[in-house]
Amino acid sequence: MDNQSLISLYRKMLLVRVFEDKSAEMYTKARIAGFLHLTNGQEAIAVGAMSALNADDDLFTHYRDHGYAILKGASPESVMAELFGRATGTTGGRGGSMHLIHMDTNYWGGYAIVGGHLTLASGVAAANQFHGNGRVVTCVMGDGSTNIGTFHAALNWAQLWKLPIIFLVENNQFAMGTTIRNHSALPDVYRKADGYGMAAEQVDGNDVLAVHDVIARAAARGRAGEGPTLVEAVTYRHRGHSMADPDVQRDKAEIADWKKRDPIHRFANEVLLKRGIASPQDLEEISAEVEARVDKAAEFAENSPEPALDTLYKHIYMEPVSNMQVGGSLIRPPQIGARVASSEGENGRQ
Amino acid sequence: MAEITYREALKRAMREEMQHDPNVVIWGEDIVAYNNGGAYGVTQGLAKEFAGRVRDVPISEEAIIGLGVGAAMNGMRPICEIMTVNFTLVAWDQIVNHAAKQSHMFNGLLKVPMVIRTPNGHGRTASTHSQNFDSWFASIPGLKVIAPSTPYDAKGLLKSAIRDNDPVIFLEHLQLYGTKGEVPDEEYFVPIGESVYRRRGADVTVVSWGRMAFESNKAANMLAQDGIDVELIDLRTLRPLDLTLALESIKKTNRAIVVEEGWRSVGLGAEIAASLQEQAFDYLDAPIARVAGLEVPMPYAKNLERATLPFADDVVAAVKAMMQKQY
Ligand SMILES: Cc1ncc(C[n+]2csc(CCOP(=O)(O)OP(=O)(O)O)c2C)c(N)n1
Repeated sequence: MDNQSLISLYRKMLLVRVFEDKSAEMYTKARIAGFLHLTNGQEAIAVGAMSALNADDDLFTHYRDHGYAILKGASPESVMAELFGRATGTTGGRGGSMHLIHMDTNYWGGYAIVGGHLTLASGVAAANQFHGNGRVVTCVMGDGSTNIGTFHAALNWAQLWKLPIIFLVENNQFAMGTTIRNHSALPDVYRKADGYGMAAEQVDGNDVLAVHDVIARAAARGRAGEGPTLVEAVTYRHRGHSMADPDVQRDKAEIADWKKRDPIHRFANEVLLKRGIASPQDLEEISAEVEARVDKAAEFAENSPEPALDTLYKHIYMEPVSNMQVGGSLIRPPQIGARVASSEGENGRQ
Repeated sequence: MAEITYREALKRAMREEMQHDPNVVIWGEDIVAYNNGGAYGVTQGLAKEFAGRVRDVPISEEAIIGLGVGAAMNGMRPICEIMTVNFTLVAWDQIVNHAAKQSHMFNGLLKVPMVIRTPNGHGRTASTHSQNFDSWFASIPGLKVIAPSTPYDAKGLLKSAIRDNDPVIFLEHLQLYGTKGEVPDEEYFVPIGESVYRRRGADVTVVSWGRMAFESNKAANMLAQDGIDVELIDLRTLRPLDLTLALESIKKTNRAIVVEEGWRSVGLGAEIAASLQEQAFDYLDAPIARVAGLEVPMPYAKNLERATLPFADDVVAAVKAMMQKQY
């Protein structure tokens, strides 16, 4: 990889980190509601993986998706606006933080039902295979998603049909508050591929270059018609499961220990500075640029309008459906201003 | 025009649509190897005609629906066959949280042109294999739900469903597969979301769909011998729901009975009755009545199964009770 590309990896990881910090701030300022899952500490996986794939390769992710959306090309403005629930967001405020999307580059969305998207991603891979278009799908999930039925159904089917897909597990060692040893009979997630005769690799998820290499190999395998790969990237999240998680259950020493292995600092120290690719001043300049970029996104979101109420029924069906009014029960005109927003109420800590 | 079975009509619809569009495929359990084409033989022979486009898949209902959703979003038109409606329960998340929501939640950026074909029904198979979830499916925004009662409608509606750009739940019925009816040789479509007069009459309006439309028609023949003139409306599509004809009919007959196979409470029949009385209260001479399945898990024993399900004689009894009662 040339120096420019290496610096770009750094810039991207930092952009994701700074974006997350800004969204945390906006959450505490009550600009963002509901569930907000941040990826601090896990940035090397998204950045390494996306750097190894073609721009039009397909992507599905779970709800920890802000970084992926931005890396796939959604503007930080449109992502922050979506978090704010504004008309200018990636889905016009319909999906929120957990359901970002960017179809210009085949980012098929963030999904909030654990394991729900593994089958959909496999279906997109099946269509790629059917059309022979050479695209490879990456399907991102957490370690907790490797115990649900769709994981096993999707892996079996993908291997059976040799689908061009990479199942990428961000193993941050927790599913909400439950450690992997307490939720998975087999804590070495990549070995779950053995049950399906599928290729698998485990990688240090805090090493952006290592992730890049593993994903590049898996993509080549998919494109060559050799079928899917299960990739387990081992990492740790710096924050709680979501902004609703006070993070009391994890061991403080363990958190501190993993923060020493921060993927961004590590890449800066062990690669960029050590090899003389960038100076400390260069990195500071990048940091200032990124901060300004993210500030602009927050400002944009703040100044964006809420979605218009009369769009509420749009896209339930692709074409307007006749007879919807008949019976009175299927489509009612929205009661403009009749209800008080209820999103600030008690809504759990997922 | 030839008389063919409901089963054959469905197969012809799929054959024509596969000839029409190379992106139409059929995925299902045991639809190729087993018995030469499916537990109920609907796809028999199609795998030979369309190599690589009709495929046996693992017993993974959530994956059958989920891969169907993914393939549909990515340029294909999959017909996903779930062996019977009972097994859709395994895939409920994929249907409700995914198939039905993609286009709305992602603000029109994704579309899901897929058909989920599955038979309702009973046949001495006990409670896990004899259920009817029409009402559940019909309550979900984003889905279109179809339940044809004749071979003509089965073919015309399935062709429309395959060309439709939304996810369609296509509810066939085990007890109707062998029934026969006239189906034209020329191509035709039956539009989604349009009910039809199955029979014109002056005394009482019967609103039904699926197997119960078939049974209600039998009931109407029996009632005609007693001089009672039934107007029968077959809804055909359960979502979007077209109550235009039912309303028009009630304004003439002033009496209505809704006939459904599934459990009565919180059922589609209740929704239809409520909607009709909201809009035609002043025309009604009697409360709208309901005929439905008994609210028990289906037993295996012949007499118990028979007692649980509604048939033509239940419709006859309900109509007679309504006609005799003075209000
Ligand atoms: C089917 C389902 N069950 C439960 C939940 C609630 N839930 C949301 S995230 C989560 C933990 C998932 O952990 P993991 O897959 O490891 O991903 P991570 O959050 O660590 O990235 C749970 C239980 C859900 N969204 N979906």
